[in-house]
Amino acid sequence: MSKVKSFTDLKNLKSEYHKKQIFGTPAESLVQIKVGMATCGIASGAKEIKKFLIEECEHQAIDAEIKQTGCLGYCYAEPMVEVQLPDSEPVVFGYVDKKRAKSIIENYIIQGEEIEGEIPISFKTIND
Amino acid sequence: MTDTKKQIRIALRNCGLIDPEQIEDYIAQDGYFALGKCLTEYTQDQTIAEIKESGLRGRGGGGFPTGLKWEITKNVEADQKFVVCNADEGDPGAFMDRSILEGDPHSVLEAMAICGYCIGADKGLIYIRAEYPLAIERLKIAIKQAREFGLLGNDILGTGFNFDIELRYGAGAFVCGEETALIHSMEGLRGEPTFKPPFPSVSGYMGKPTNVNNVETFASVPVIINKGAGWFNKIGTEKSKGTKVFALAGKINNVGLVEVPMGTTLREVVYDIGGGIVNGKEFKSVQTGGPSGGCLTKDFLDTPIDYDNLVAAGSMMGSGGMIVMDEDDCMVSIAKFYLEFTLEESCGKCTPCRIGNKRLHEILEKITEGNGTEEDIDRLKVLSNVIKDTSLCGLGQSSPNPVLSTIANFEDEYLAHVKDGKCPAGQCKSLLRYDIIEDLCTGCTLCFRNCPVGAITGERRAPHFIDQSLCIKCGVCFEKCKFDAITLT
Amino acid sequence: MDTINLIIDNKPIVVKKGTTILEAASSIGVQVPTLCHMKLDDLNIENKPGGCRVCVVEVEGRRNLAPACCTDVHEGMVVNSHSIRAINARRTVMELILSDHPADCLICAKSGDCELQDMAQQLGIRKIHYPGEQSHYREDTSPAIIREIDKCIMCRRCEMMCNEVQTVGVLSAINRGFDSVVSPAFEMNLDHSECTYCGQCVAVCPTGALTEVDDTGKVIRALSDPAKTVIVQTAPAVRAALGEEFEMEPGTLVTGKLVSALRRLRFDHVFDTDFAADLTIMEEGTELLNRLGKHLAGDKDVKLPILTSCCPAWVKFFEHQFPEMKEIPSTARSPQQMFGSIAKTYFAEKLGVERENLVVVSIMPCVAKKYECGRDEFKVNGNPDVDHVITTRELAALIKLSNIDFKTLPNEDFDNPLGESTGAGVIFGTTGGVIEAAVRTAYEIHTKKELPRLDFDELRGMDGIREATIDFDGLPIKIGIAHGLGNARKLLEDIQAGKSEFHAIEIMSCPGGCIGGGGQPYHHGNAEILKKRQMAIYQEDKNKTLRKSHENPHIIKLYEEFLGEPMSEKAHHLLHTEYFDRTE
Repeated sequence: MSKVKSFTDLKNLKSEYHKKQIFGTPAESLVQIKVGMATCGIASGAKEIKKFLIEECEHQAIDAEIKQTGCLGYCYAEPMVEVQLPDSEPVVFGYVDKKRAKSIIENYIIQGEEIEGEIPISFKTIND
Repeated sequence: MTDTKKQIRIALRNCGLIDPEQIEDYIAQDGYFALGKCLTEYTQDQTIAEIKESGLRGRGGGGFPTGLKWEITKNVEADQKFVVCNADEGDPGAFMDRSILEGDPHSVLEAMAICGYCIGADKGLIYIRAEYPLAIERLKIAIKQAREFGLLGNDILGTGFNFDIELRYGAGAFVCGEETALIHSMEGLRGEPTFKPPFPSVSGYMGKPTNVNNVETFASVPVIINKGAGWFNKIGTEKSKGTKVFALAGKINNVGLVEVPMGTTLREVVYDIGGGIVNGKEFKSVQTGGPSGGCLTKDFLDTPIDYDNLVAAGSMMGSGGMIVMDEDDCMVSIAKFYLEFTLEESCGKCTPCRIGNKRLHEILEKITEGNGTEEDIDRLKVLSNVIKDTSLCGLGQSSPNPVLSTIANFEDEYLAHVKDGKCPAGQCKSLLRYDIIEDLCTGCTLCFRNCPVGAITGERRAPHFIDQSLCIKCGVCFEKCKFDAITLT
Repeated sequence: MDTINLIIDNKPIVVKKGTTILEAASSIGVQVPTLCHMKLDDLNIENKPGGCRVCVVEVEGRRNLAPACCTDVHEGMVVNSHSIRAINARRTVMELILSDHPADCLICAKSGDCELQDMAQQLGIRKIHYPGEQSHYREDTSPAIIREIDKCIMCRRCEMMCNEVQTVGVLSAINRGFDSVVSPAFEMNLDHSECTYCGQCVAVCPTGALTEVDDTGKVIRALSDPAKTVIVQTAPAVRAALGEEFEMEPGTLVTGKLVSALRRLRFDHVFDTDFAADLTIMEEGTELLNRLGKHLAGDKDVKLPILTSCCPAWVKFFEHQFPEMKEIPSTARSPQQMFGSIAKTYFAEKLGVERENLVVVSIMPCVAKKYECGRDEFKVNGNPDVDHVITTRELAALIKLSNIDFKTLPNEDFDNPLGESTGAGVIFGTTGGVIEAAVRTAYEIHTKKELPRLDFDELRGMDGIREATIDFDGLPIKIGIAHGLGNARKLLEDIQAGKSEFHAIEIMSCPGGCIGGGGQPYHHGNAEILKKRQMAIYQEDKNKTLRKSHENPHIIKLYEEFLGEPMSEKAHHLLHTEYFDRTE
């Protein structure tokens, strides 16, 4: 990466990155999956869950981007996984073990069914 | 959960949203815009004015106005100055700083650079405890990326402003969260506080003016710049603006990190956000402010949380630990627990903290062991007040708070221990008493056979007895008895 | 604004900005009690960690009490030094300290001379309301210093001395909370550390936590052994301080009474280390002139400046800290060791006594001398040149133990031959004295002319580092003086960096030189006492008829009868030594 030379360059860079991302505007078929990977998440097994999700999505041929993120604050429900289906609001699942991860993929992502254990988002963002 | 949107995430805005190891993610969320804006559109004074206007106060516990601190440090003439980020989070149960550093490290780096710009420093240091390996790792990655992008280093964004950041590791001493102790620790000296003044703003790291702010404080800064002081200061109460992150723990259903506007009531945090008490038990107390805070009763549940209200209620904001207790918690034991922590973490420099807290702890131990007297409660109060009055640093000055606040709010529990020899919560083992109710005892000998110390005697098919002098209060008899013939008082 | 108006105990006062409450109060006769605080005026030594909290006072409008020792006054400040809140807090703090302190005052080495004890009395502590567990640590004994750290009250004075003043860096606070204590790193024994045994920690310890090793028992045993001839030497600084142990004014010279007391203690011969100091000058002065001569002749390998080597703590300091410079100090042994060496050869022969049956006792202002006499290079077949060393304080104890009324003793003179000395030997007791004595002799030997004056005021004083150029009849000799090892370090670093222009440097470990030694009566932070001792030393010099070492008739005789000449092979064997790298 070459250095950002000015504030204008930074602004341009932001637009570029923002487009690549799908915050609020998911790309057409891509499933966005985030795994809470702060210490609390990792301690509860998030690494394994992430690995499992990657393998399982590959296995099931789901076009998914799986990334790590920080902590949403719901420590009681770690590990946490957030899934954003195309054209949908993100949904957060708590207490995710391998069984639930499988269910998230098979029931929620593939079948589009609602599954139990959804954690309601209880906060406003700075943009709300 | 009655209301799901009581929280506003400012300091935690990117946690759980972005990949902390990708600077691109941060930039996509307007990352480093605040720095760009300050460097290109604001003078140092304008930036400081904006922070002052926002009403932001130190989130590490002290609540000192951040903008004012920056201004003081800026106004000291020196050939070199430093920006220090205090990431020595040490309150038991508090982990908001770790969470920010693990989830959004760039927000802290950006704010430190802004601070450096304001006060005239080109060097930032993050004092982080070595027990936070993941946070350290992510900070290292973030610093590396920021340097690669030219957002740290020389001539940032082509403005001629230079600023770089290094990490310094702490060994997890609680007292090193105190800024003078922190600076000594960074200098390679024993981590113990020195008398203020001089304040670090005047003479800090290496004797140079040093602006020390906590992680959460820094994390709020870019938002203030980007959205404006006016946006920020609309949130909160008259004297405490913005939001505060709390680490909810204890007997509460939704253990975790919450970020609420200043002025949210304890009730809203405990019940609406925290989901109430585990197993539907009765709320007894909430302890705020970490080991040096106080325990508040249900009478304070409707108190809007801000710096001043908490102090007025006999507790403090601290770094934002919030521990909820229910009817099963013994407040004398709670006070003792907190004091154990301060005892371990006292640096030992001044007499009241080094020896006074030890004596407080011994008296509490005496009470929980059933040997306390009413005079002991008075001694606790007198000694606590002397410790508050004479200790060198904030740790010592606030260390008796859990004792004083539990005596103030739960004196009947103390009296029950010393006068009636009872622990109302049933937590103090020495004060428990198991008895066999003659009428209900069938003489089945089950208790007799299970008692590990041979404290139970009695003939088969005749009532049994417990020899109190031998009983070790293990409770096995109580559990084994099939006829509810054993009482616990 | 350069002045501050404030009110202390209802009295309005004006003081300079930057004054502490303690200083301001003191200026109007309000003596706020202090314990950890200690200030040695003119020596730049101050300990104010603000740790003990005994000096807390009430300041109107302030949330908590203010430690007077480290709180600066501010405009309009209203201080109440003895409000009930301040008194109660102060007494409670004192009770807390006492609650973690062994109550063995009756048998403590510091009883009667203990600042903690005095403070407990001053504050009228009659009961400890907060008794509890006491901390316990291992007692640590070294060749010179005993650490009984159960008695440590964390005043940190020793730590300040060891680190800031001496830059030895052995003592520091370790552990946390109730277990905090001042100790060498990893709680290692002092004798495994780089401790120089300068004893400045002992000199400032307010309690009995740090004391010297008590060797009085050994001396009593030797004196009562009919098979032994027991002789004693007494260092110059002792006579300027011993009187303080008997309620005499600081600065009172008690040389005659000292001799008299030693005789009553039944030493067979009462000698003077000053004699050996004169001998040191002969050797060291000659060594200086030799090196100087070679230097002037263009010898590039010659080591200059030459450094004095009388002070055992200083010797141990550079062996640990600057081993690569161990060729620079003079090889001359210290006066104590020269005395022992001559006593057990020359004098033993004269007496016809086997060295094993001759016991040499030293009275020293110093605790490091206890260590020095045990060094292997100062032993012959395992028998040390100096057998026992007791400090000025121990001598006072011995005098008291032996029922001697010191104050009424007559003045007596030292025995000969090892009791004769010149004024040059006397001034070894103060900083600057050794080099002044050396100048007096070296000048006359070098120039072969008589000195026009004997008092070198430019070499005297209390500044930590001093320098002067003395004109050796056209040859300017540059002289440096350092007292306190921190000051010595600065000069050494200059030498290391090739920046030093001195020809000779005198170094004394203790601030003030031997008059401020670790074995002297406790000064309790009063620097005036040190200055008075220094004046006494110069007075004794003035009183002497002979004031140049090379004029000491018994020294002349010693060379004639026994040693030959300075730096002779015999002198080299008996009066010089070597140094060791102690970094391994």
